[in-house]
Amino acid sequence: MSTTSNPSKRDRTNTDTAVAKPSRRTFLKGSAATTAGLVVGFHVPFFNKQAMAQGIAAAPISPEVNAWVVVQPNDKVIIRIARSEMGQGSLTGLAQMVAEELECDWAKVSTEYPTPGQNLARQRVWGDFSTGGSRGIRGSQDNVRKGGATARMMLVQAAADEWKVPVSECSASKSVITHGPTKRTTTYGKVANAAAKLTPPTDIKFKDPKDWTLIGKRLARLDTVEKTTGKQIYGMDLKLPGMLNAAVKDAPVFGSKVKSVDDTAVLKRPGVKKVLRVGDTAVAVVADTWWRAKTALDALKIEWEDGPNAKASSASFAEVLKAGLDAKDAVVGHSVGDARAAIAASPRKIEAVYSYPHQNHVCMETMNATVKWTPERCEVWVPTQNGEAALAATAEAAGLPPAKCEVYKIHLGGGFGRRGATDFIRQAVAIAKQMPGTPVKMIWSREEDMAQGRFHPVTQCKMVAGLDDKGEITGLSMRISGQSILAYVAPQNIRDGRDPVVFQGLNAPGPEASIGYTFPTFLVDHAMRNPHVPAGFWRGVNLNQNAIYLESFLDEIAHATNQDPLALRRKLMSKHPKHLAVLNAVAEKVGYDKPAPAGVFRGLAQTMGFGSYVAACAEVSVSKEGGLKIHRIVAATDCGNAVNPQQIEAQVEGSFVYGLGAALYQECTVKDGRIEQTNFADYPSLKLAEMPKVETVILAWGGFWGGVGEPTIAVAAPAVLNAIFAATGKRIRDLPLKNHSLKA
Amino acid sequence: MPKLNVNGKLLDYQADEGTPLLWVLREQLGLTGTKYGCGIAQCGACTVHIDGVAVRSCVMPAAAMKATQKITTIEGLTPNGTHPIQKAWQALDVPQCGFCQSGMIMAATALVKEKPNPTDKDIDDAMTNICRCGTYNRVRAAIHVAAKEMAATKTGAKPKKVSELGKSVLDIQHIDGSQA
Ligand code: FES
Ligand code: FES
Repeated sequence: MSTTSNPSKRDRTNTDTAVAKPSRRTFLKGSAATTAGLVVGFHVPFFNKQAMAQGIAAAPISPEVNAWVVVQPNDKVIIRIARSEMGQGSLTGLAQMVAEELECDWAKVSTEYPTPGQNLARQRVWGDFSTGGSRGIRGSQDNVRKGGATARMMLVQAAADEWKVPVSECSASKSVITHGPTKRTTTYGKVANAAAKLTPPTDIKFKDPKDWTLIGKRLARLDTVEKTTGKQIYGMDLKLPGMLNAAVKDAPVFGSKVKSVDDTAVLKRPGVKKVLRVGDTAVAVVADTWWRAKTALDALKIEWEDGPNAKASSASFAEVLKAGLDAKDAVVGHSVGDARAAIAASPRKIEAVYSYPHQNHVCMETMNATVKWTPERCEVWVPTQNGEAALAATAEAAGLPPAKCEVYKIHLGGGFGRRGATDFIRQAVAIAKQMPGTPVKMIWSREEDMAQGRFHPVTQCKMVAGLDDKGEITGLSMRISGQSILAYVAPQNIRDGRDPVVFQGLNAPGPEASIGYTFPTFLVDHAMRNPHVPAGFWRGVNLNQNAIYLESFLDEIAHATNQDPLALRRKLMSKHPKHLAVLNAVAEKVGYDKPAPAGVFRGLAQTMGFGSYVAACAEVSVSKEGGLKIHRIVAATDCGNAVNPQQIEAQVEGSFVYGLGAALYQECTVKDGRIEQTNFADYPSLKLAEMPKVETVILAWGGFWGGVGEPTIAVAAPAVLNAIFAATGKRIRDLPLKNHSLKA
Repeated sequence: MPKLNVNGKLLDYQADEGTPLLWVLREQLGLTGTKYGCGIAQCGACTVHIDGVAVRSCVMPAAAMKATQKITTIEGLTPNGTHPIQKAWQALDVPQCGFCQSGMIMAATALVKEKPNPTDKDIDDAMTNICRCGTYNRVRAAIHVAAKEMAATKTGAKPKKVSELGKSVLDIQHIDGSQA
């Protein structure tokens, strides 16, 4: 367990809690394990050779100073990054944080991934590998800075030892160590070997934030060039000697099984090697090329036993969820006073029901994994958000102990939560296990990726507010009815029927996902209703719909009581200064005190989640024909410490693309038990032409570390929905917008 | 054996009838910079140039290509990523996950070739590639930066370094000698 991970936060946002539970003793014995802090630089020979052939950064030859830092004789610094890079930029941010404490020359820095197997062998020296819940930076800031500081102290100590001077007389800057009194200097590369032999210090002091020279800088990403030349290798691009390719089709009705497969014709096709069953639910074709595997699979005659869910549909789910809105079996998330009684006793009530659909992550790179299985060893190359869970899944599917398995992480072509799950890894291992000794690359077609998602949960929410004679709120109640993500991915974390993740953004005041308003009375409860469509962590998770429900409904209350939406919010937010500060920053930047340009209307939203406070104001216009144009969005984020502001801006902009694409177009509907949408043609994404101008304000007052990859998504939809109401008087309570006409 | 004219070389390949150019490039010629995103001409991840025009290679049968038609992939655009579009992309840190970016860059280079000074409307019309990470605003900004640079070098200005390009746009700190 890493010293920094906060278990409650992990529970709340972990994308896959199936962490490996290997017998550590066996593992240590069975592998060339080293004790943490000792001087054995690890590299993985097989991967190294392949990696070089593939252009993947090769593992180092030089010994490490410690687990985080390798310094080569030429002063090049390799920083090890445990979290996965999927576009969010934390590869660079984490390197900045190690380098800050290491006092190394940033121009000489490159990075590499340690493997999950090594992490287990070394008592999880790199801490948690899982990359979800916007935890990349906030979940490891302590650990990585400690790694950098420890290495710096060892390097300086080694120089002092060599010079036979007190270490207190030596200092380090930009990879150069200087002995103050004599002005003698040496470099990190020259003392790295000696440093690596020292016992790591235990008394570590971090730099004062005011002395930071790398944290907080708008530094260029470390992985950009390869991503502009086609040289970046993704999982889908891997090529191993003798490798075959697999295409796979899993039961389109979730939970159903394969009845029969007629492979006679397909086996005669050129290049087709095998037609395989994968468990009882899926069929794969293995061929020399993926195109041949895919087209053969398309031609394969498969019959399915559709089972009890064969008639399920989105409409049938909606009925079940609707009944949940008034059901007795709800679990309380957060309650203040007796909201029901207060509302019942109020002279005036406002009520509205909202809903949120199933959605697919649609990572640009479809799911894939490459596996080589032999009876002795199983190796997996995979773009994953959770290396350790991937290793555990590999071991289980391979029927081998974790010590005989290894997972090599590759940069992800998008993750968004989907790649925290391990379903596709298990599948690839199950395929390779039937082809002993032959590496097999399994790639999902886009159609398979659409059908086999781990979908954004569906929920409905009944919002009720009581108002007194003056229009002041007496109480607010929210009944959420619908899917629990944890019920699908980590049921062990549901206690007494309560899935705490459901209440994201609505929690009691505190450091995580807390509500930004104080109502005289308040109640949010959840009636869990789990259709057979598997739910998963979808970027922004439950904050997405909860922010739509609360922020839209507050807008409804403001209009119903003739109050300005900003003024109403400010009134309710006086006890929530951090939430209020981002909202105020948005109001100021957008020029809220002045009217919007003619024909343009504004909508506001704010929320808190993944450790950060966010707000947005959207400016939209709607034509007479109902055409929506989003002109401009002003967004603010308070993430405490802003490690790389230009990358935070990139995440904020990207969050609007993700959130607005979802709000405008995206809905996975279920018919006959299966997902109806098949590809981008019937499941559109936001395009460049529709993208509004985004102005980002970063409030970085320090004091805490908040996530940035997800929270902003949650304010995208409600800000635009509220602006649409201002423009048209139409209140949209269910998404996506494409299902509604905005025509006057 | 059929041949394809790719990145200035005539290359032999073998493929079943109907195999899209994308999969010949990726699986037979080892040019994996061109990506698969949808297979139905919706996302643009597979964009290459055919005689300088942006084409979605996932729906183009390889067999339809004549050996006289010049195919350029991201690998053949420039040897070291020095096309003004690529440099602008680097200067503004456009890519996030990067998976869509080969296609984006191929679409953008075709655009500035045809319209050296594209308007926002031109960019809207030409850049219909899907980016799930949401790099669109930087894509737009980088195309403008590249167009300006191309115009300047055309009138004799010395090509700018990545660290000098687009300075005023996002002010990202590039350190010479670092990977970036
Ligand atoms: S893969 Fe060709 S357009 Fe998507
Ligand atoms: S950068 Fe990830 S899809 Fe565009």
